[in-house]
Amino acid sequence: MTLDVLYFAWLRERIGQPRERIETAATTVRDLIADLAARDDWHAAAFADLAAVRCAVDQQLADLDSPIADAREVAFFPPMTGG
Amino acid sequence: MSARVHSAPFDLAAELAGFGAGAGAIVTFTGIVRDDTGAMAALEIEHYPGMTERALSDYGRQAAERFALTDWRIVHRHGRLPVGEPIMMVATAARHRHAAFQAADYLMDWLKSRAPFWKREIGRDGAARWVDAKASDEDALSRW
Repeated sequence: MTLDVLYFAWLRERIGQPRERIETAATTVRDLIADLAARDDWHAAAFADLAAVRCAVDQQLADLDSPIADAREVAFFPPMTGG
Repeated sequence: MSARVHSAPFDLAAELAGFGAGAGAIVTFTGIVRDDTGAMAALEIEHYPGMTERALSDYGRQAAERFALTDWRIVHRHGRLPVGEPIMMVATAARHRHAAFQAADYLMDWLKSRAPFWKREIGRDGAARWVDAKASDEDALSRW
């Protein structure tokens, strides 16, 4: 399926782009990360420490085991620092 | 009852004009860019357009239901904000002060660690550093 993947803060910097459109067979966020991390060294570096990575599926906060079967947009970012 | 995200400054007095009409208590909180090290020039705030507005609206509605608010407002800025500039505000209106104070505290705890903003400190020497999330902010959520 076609998926828009978005990156924020230092994940965006490590990967070198704010978003990309990809084809993937991943069915969970965790599968998607494995798929992305295998693409090149930049992706691998960004996903080296999953304890430091948070995610959202279609703009709702999600877990690594959340399904993405019907998702259009998945975002990865560090823990949030608002307020 | 609204949430807004923009780079432009906000005017607290203008935000409160007509806010919470008929309420017995209005509480406001304003966050200001702070320099803890004496070497900081500004904060740069990145956010997730679309999700940010949605998340802030969700948290506002949750607070309204939980604390029986008669009105609420969240304004959060993004972009480059020099030391001393207001970053964000929440305002809550209720019949009594206890609910208004609690709702403002609740909203701040959610905004700190569940709203998609990321802060980067810009030093006077131009060096940039992403701000780490605090465990204490994460722990604060468990109060609710």
